[in-house]
Amino acid sequence: MAVCIAVIAKENYPLYIRSVPSQNELKFHYTVHTSLDVVEEKVSAVGKSLGDQRELYLGLLYPTEDYKVYGYVTNSKVKFVIVVDSSNTSLRDNEIRSMFRKLHNSFTDVMCNPFYNPGDPIQSKAFNGIVSGMMVQTG
Amino acid sequence: MESLTLSDIEQKYYSELFVYCDTDNTKKVASNGRVLDLFRAAQLPSEVVLQITELCGATRLGHFGRSQFYIALKLIAIAQSGLPLRVESLNSVKDLPLPRFVVGKNEAEARHAALYQDTDSQSVYPGPGTALIPRPPGRGHPNKKGPPSSSSLPVHEVIQPLAPSIETQPEPTSPVISPHQSPPTSPHSWRKHKRQHSGGNADRQQVVAATGSVWTQFREPQTGPVTGDGMWSSHSPPPPSSQESWVSFTADTPPSSTLPAMHPSSVQESTTIRTVASAATTNEIQRQSSGYDDPWKITDEQRQYYINQFKTIQPDLTGLIPGSAAKEFFTKSKLPILELSHIWELSDFDKDGALTLDEFCAAFHLVVARKNGYDLPEKLPESLMPKLIDLDDSAEVPEPVAEVGYSASPVEVTSNKSPSMPSLNQAWPEMNQSSEQWETFSERSSSSQTLTQFDSNIAPADPDTAIVHPVPIRMTPSKIHMQEMELKRTGSDHNHPTSPLLAKPPEMSEETTLPPSMKFVAANTVGDGYSSSDSSTSDQEPITRQRSQSGASPEALKVVAPPPPPPRPQQSHSRSSSLDMNRTFAATSVPGQAQPSTTAFPPAVPPRPLPTQTSVPLTGHRVDSEGVPAGGAVLTTTSPQQIPQQPNFADFSQFQAFAASEQPSSLPEIDKHSEAGQVEKMSEGAGPLRTVKSDGPADERTSAIVNSAKGSSGPLAPPPKPVRRRLKSEDELRPEDEQLGPQKASAIAAPLTAQPSIPRSVGKDKKAIQASIRRNKETNTVLARLNSELQQQLKDLLEERISLEVQLEQLRPFSHL
Repeated sequence: MAVCIAVIAKENYPLYIRSVPSQNELKFHYTVHTSLDVVEEKVSAVGKSLGDQRELYLGLLYPTEDYKVYGYVTNSKVKFVIVVDSSNTSLRDNEIRSMFRKLHNSFTDVMCNPFYNPGDPIQSKAFNGIVSGMMVQTG
Repeated sequence: MESLTLSDIEQKYYSELFVYCDTDNTKKVASNGRVLDLFRAAQLPSEVVLQITELCGATRLGHFGRSQFYIALKLIAIAQSGLPLRVESLNSVKDLPLPRFVVGKNEAEARHAALYQDTDSQSVYPGPGTALIPRPPGRGHPNKKGPPSSSSLPVHEVIQPLAPSIETQPEPTSPVISPHQSPPTSPHSWRKHKRQHSGGNADRQQVVAATGSVWTQFREPQTGPVTGDGMWSSHSPPPPSSQESWVSFTADTPPSSTLPAMHPSSVQESTTIRTVASAATTNEIQRQSSGYDDPWKITDEQRQYYINQFKTIQPDLTGLIPGSAAKEFFTKSKLPILELSHIWELSDFDKDGALTLDEFCAAFHLVVARKNGYDLPEKLPESLMPKLIDLDDSAEVPEPVAEVGYSASPVEVTSNKSPSMPSLNQAWPEMNQSSEQWETFSERSSSSQTLTQFDSNIAPADPDTAIVHPVPIRMTPSKIHMQEMELKRTGSDHNHPTSPLLAKPPEMSEETTLPPSMKFVAANTVGDGYSSSDSSTSDQEPITRQRSQSGASPEALKVVAPPPPPPRPQQSHSRSSSLDMNRTFAATSVPGQAQPSTTAFPPAVPPRPLPTQTSVPLTGHRVDSEGVPAGGAVLTTTSPQQIPQQPNFADFSQFQAFAASEQPSSLPEIDKHSEAGQVEKMSEGAGPLRTVKSDGPADERTSAIVNSAKGSSGPLAPPPKPVRRRLKSEDELRPEDEQLGPQKASAIAAPLTAQPSIPRSVGKDKKAIQASIRRNKETNTVLARLNSELQQQLKDLLEERISLEVQLEQLRPFSHL
């Protein structure tokens, strides 16, 4: 149900970013970029609380008029950002979590590929497929 | 136009070509389309082609009429043979070879060409040899018989293997349409070539580039003739050198079978390729035989080859090849990293970053296929699936439509399955995590459980107790222990309400012939008494009171302590101690029902030294267990309450019983008898309990207490005393203990004193002293045991704490992320 999905590396450069409406991509790129600040803020906040294991799902980063941005951080500081349309009100938190879980799993699979060098853009077809599945749903 | 005389052969050939080009059947050929392709295939410089067309008049006409076409063809032949283009030469050139076209033509043409070529001399070949335009997948032009294999250029040869191999590949799958595709080649042409010469494929071209294209082209024409394969196999196709270049693995990785079907004989390379070639040939044959059903099926030879390669990396066939090693290996194939990455994604079924034998074979097969120009499928074909799931869809052949993607249902099905596998695998780590959580939870819970166990031990100490009323859980450790002891005792020996206790005495009497045994018995009975008493007592207060009292007073504690420990060992000790306790408690309990049991306790501890007097009367109070079932019951009820930890209470009755039975001759007997009677009348529990307490003053005390509690002085007297031979003397010594049964004792004493103190004799004193000594020792032992148990519990707790700390440490690393 997402309109844009992005994977950002530890050094805060994008590994993968894709939007559904092919136009207005720049807008989504910009949104993802600005959301990184929020992610950092949340990450540092949680770190202080020093829970057993920091929560990976960050939740709603910030909403705008048109859409909402959700974030997720892995243990290796790789960030996933999902932008969903605000009009899509039926999306529950659990669904977003499951989307992140799927993303994380397929990202792990990409990492497992010995031919993938961490830091390279993700060009895996499987990963693309998963992302498409998540995005096409919105139609 | 110019007159054109064609030889018959030429005539036929040209007409065929014309027909081929005349797609519209209009008897004239446009200057586009096939004609152009044909001319292009002639491998002539474009200028020459232009010249030709101009010469033949097509430019004038705008299209190729038949005659123009023929002229053009002839000119092409002339040009190909290197003669200058002259209109005059059309007719003048003799023995002009037929124009050679690299481009594939239809079968008919090919056939004819082949025929023609057969007739032609070999010399006809130079063209293709020279003008090597990167040729679209070649259909070998029939003319291109090409230089004999000896002269065949390796480059050309390269094409060869591809061709045949491609041909042999199950056809329909030509998902790949090579970019350079030119007009469909006719396999027959190839065939012809092969036949003719084996090397003669004009199509020798830089295979490397054209690999895919060549390959696909071969595929296309393939539709028909499987026979082509046969032909090829019969040929001595371009040698393995082609394979080599084709494979482009390092020399030692000859392409697996599917591809090069070249003949071993023609292997020119001295490298391992030879072996490959042989394998390839056989593979080819096999391939042919395996049918076109599944392009991705791995033949046995291929599989064997893969397995051999697997062994070079990982000798253990059931082991895994790590990702890095696999990466190195497949990088040798010189495929682009992206494609290798995709192949990996397809073949690493379980997503573990390592390849099993099946996965490795699948990956290798995909690499080989890719090398041959097959495009990679979107999903792993079924035949390549690792046999994790029993896929039976190999029969279904995905029809390779133009796209590589296998959209065939079987593939989809399998792909569906495969995601389920990875999803399972993915889910697995989650499950692992959750299981870890479970473990931690369980550990925590277990630890908590251990803690609760105390409570549980305490609470349901006696089944009876539990039933009757919830015994207060929170108790002093000693109490806990006592309860545990009780539990153990009850669990081990007797779980019983009062009735069993009663039943036991006879048993006990039988068992105990020796003091220790008696002790055990006593302990058991005491325990029983406890349980029964606890259970039967609906009166918590006395219990609590007693317990608290026992806890409060150190002596009481001591007394209390012994009972908890394990019943058996305790029995001995507890017996002694419990006897005391029982006595005290009994004394307290008996009266305690109505009387303040508090009084019972304190007296229980100190009483030892004191109440010789009481002991005396108490002895008298010994009740015959035999006759005091009822009393025993009462006693049991009371005593346990008084001294929760003194199961001996129950034992008393037993002791009484057996003591009575054993020592009929003792003085006490007399008392017993008298007492027995009294006891019977008296509180049930007190009696039997007292008797049980043969060991000690406690018994006396309790009995006294009980007796007093029961309020019947007279009956009190009889109870326990007579039973104890030892007790007799002990009884005297027991005054201390008896004193525990304090005021009751005193109360009892009064009536007791009334009784004949005849039994008190010097001997009894001695015995009493000895008994008391023994009792004290037993008490000491019991206490020591209790201490050890407490120590043990402490150790357990410490261990738990350590384990918890370790867990905490383990979990700590996660917190610093």
